[in-house]
Amino acid sequence: MADIIYFDNSATTGIYPEVLHGMNDVYSSLYGNPSSLHKIGSDAEKVLHNAREIIAKTLGAEEDEIYFTSGGTESNNWAIKGTSRANRKRGSHIITSAIEHPSVLESFSHLETEGFSSEILEVGADGLLDPKRIGSKVNDETILASFILVNNETGAIQKADELIHAIRYRNPKTIIHVDAVQAYGKIPVNLSRLDVDLLSISAHKIHGPKGCGALYIRKNTRIHPIIHGGGQERRFRSGTENVPGIYGFALAAEIIHQHMEQNRKNAGKLRSIIIQGLSDIFSQCQYSINSPEDGYEGILNISFPRVKAQVLMHHLEAENIIVSVGSACSSRKNAYSHVLKAMKLPKENIEGAIRLSFSGTNTQEEAIRFLEAIRKIVPAIRY
Amino acid sequence: MDKGIIYLDHAATTYVKPEVFEAMKPWFTEYYGNPSAIYSLGRQSKKAIEEARAQIAYCLGAHPTEIFFTGSGTEADNWAIKGTALANQKKGKHVITTVIEHHAVLEAFDFLRKEEGFEVTYLPVNENGLVNPEDLKKAIRPDTTLVSIMYANNEIGTIQPIHELASIAREKGVVFHTDSVQAIGNIAVNVKELDVDLLSLSAHKFYGPKGVGALYVRKGIKMESFIHGGAQERKRRAGTENVPGVIGMAAALKLAYDNLEDYNNHLGKLSSRFIEKVLERIPYVHLNGDREQRLPGNVNFSFRFVEGESLLLMLDMKGIQASSGSACTSGSLDPSHVLLAIGLSHEIAHGSLRITFGEKNTEEEVDYLVDTLEEIVEKLRKMSPLYEEFVKNH
Repeated sequence: MADIIYFDNSATTGIYPEVLHGMNDVYSSLYGNPSSLHKIGSDAEKVLHNAREIIAKTLGAEEDEIYFTSGGTESNNWAIKGTSRANRKRGSHIITSAIEHPSVLESFSHLETEGFSSEILEVGADGLLDPKRIGSKVNDETILASFILVNNETGAIQKADELIHAIRYRNPKTIIHVDAVQAYGKIPVNLSRLDVDLLSISAHKIHGPKGCGALYIRKNTRIHPIIHGGGQERRFRSGTENVPGIYGFALAAEIIHQHMEQNRKNAGKLRSIIIQGLSDIFSQCQYSINSPEDGYEGILNISFPRVKAQVLMHHLEAENIIVSVGSACSSRKNAYSHVLKAMKLPKENIEGAIRLSFSGTNTQEEAIRFLEAIRKIVPAIRY
Repeated sequence: MDKGIIYLDHAATTYVKPEVFEAMKPWFTEYYGNPSAIYSLGRQSKKAIEEARAQIAYCLGAHPTEIFFTGSGTEADNWAIKGTALANQKKGKHVITTVIEHHAVLEAFDFLRKEEGFEVTYLPVNENGLVNPEDLKKAIRPDTTLVSIMYANNEIGTIQPIHELASIAREKGVVFHTDSVQAIGNIAVNVKELDVDLLSLSAHKFYGPKGVGALYVRKGIKMESFIHGGAQERKRRAGTENVPGVIGMAAALKLAYDNLEDYNNHLGKLSSRFIEKVLERIPYVHLNGDREQRLPGNVNFSFRFVEGESLLLMLDMKGIQASSGSACTSGSLDPSHVLLAIGLSHEIAHGSLRITFGEKNTEEEVDYLVDTLEEIVEKLRKMSPLYEEFVKNH
């Protein structure tokens, strides 16, 4: 494994060794059920409390606004279904964008079956939502607007403040949810400035464990639970808390936030090496960069027209370089990226698109090895 | 584990066995790929999940395609109940459960009742906590679509005649779900022998990790998805799979099934020793639940003239980690709904203690527990005016 170049950190990340080490201790000695009153239980409750504090701090939120879930998908499902159902009396109009993660889009289409009317907004060629457009779509009946902060396929960062302003200007009561699964730990997300009501995050995208996520719910936001039962998470999300997972999540959050600047610089460097390298190797019509220049540095989406992305991916894999075709969640569906489609890219470019996503440990040497492999493979498989 | 701490709350949660954690470890560090990714690092994860699924299926007597992973037992219960009730609501909006279910089940039914307009029948239990199959027969109506009855109770350990109950539902064509979160790992649960349609389990109750559960869904059962998104779990439960968690659950379940007999004997011995000594040495005590049809490691006593919370606190100071009922409700001051359902008065229900033994507990610990308990109960009773009056009049 040592020799593998892993450029798919948006799909999932390797766990930080110190995170696993910390979780190990929790598994073996802090195994209590946080709801139990005895010492073993209250020790576990303390771990939970501490973790919640850490996550809240990284977000600039209050501790009692953080609710742990089983992952980003559950957070998105809960945010969208939970607020829509709770605010049904005020209206049934909900809006989102065409470039959302499937967990958002599928939650919206499920709500259609419950009688809500959902509106999926188009994006520009840059993958960005237009604040004016979103403002014009919000009406008195709009109870929820949900958008992704950093797109998982292109790294495009939405102009969150402008979008929020446009929504609130038109209808201050509209609840705003942000899917920050790809943004959290990668770019600053500060809820004391970002005026949203709900925000989803996930542990395994930041070198934490799989099976753990959180939803930020601003105080006084009307939301129903979707998982009912024992009343954990201040009665809003039932089920025995995944204490080791949550602890690991908090540790990872702490570490990645300490390294954010450094990681971004590193990713930016890799990105420019690759972009520069591609322009040295290929003529302008032989490739295109689908990620906006001012997007998140860690995600780079590249198209090679007249190349089958899957074939390219497998050839790269044979060279021990791991990249992805679209997002992991949709790569098995064998369908073309709905995100690139929404950006109205030519079919050729959609079919030939691969995504690179970097972590703090990727090196410039790896970027150069990637370029060498690309130089060899692409001309050979172009049809 | 802390020195001097005796953990007697295995129904609340268990620690992860070292060999289970060892099985999980490489899936954190080396093989961390997203199972949906099509390169080999992803395919390895996918393959491991499928192997874990098959392992769990074989333990339970199911087909691998009938096992779906969830984030917890609570989620499995929620999905089973809401998913089938909502998917079959054109057939009818009447559903049946019992008064002694776990909150994950009761609250899911509450949701159906309050938010979706369903009618819920709650079956009673007898003084030992058993459901009468005749009651179920009578409760099923033409518009009944779902019956949910727990396999083993989390507070008093009573084991229901699930096969008999499921057969009644089957005859009438009604979907049958059982919450077997407490039973799995303690008894040899087999979905084919039980003839149930849906069955929930949770890893952290049988020495597996927290944050992972599963739902058995018999082939052909119509149900809605609960968590929407990516195409994981054959499009029925979205979300990146908790690969290490799922592998830990399979490893823990295999270990449990391999050692079921020894484990049961061990727990049975401890429970019997504990029950006998308490009944012999402490007066005015009532054993809750069924003497025969109960989980081998569960003992639930009510001590008259004793306040349960004080009892727990004093036990805790002596290093004994026990519970008054279920962990989920232990923060609440209301007496257990289960103990009230088996006919205990508020006052007696308040004085109850649940001990659930596990693999590392010893006979010496039982003896220490009995000694400590005798001492504390006596002390607490001496402080009770009710007890003083009672003794005067007898």
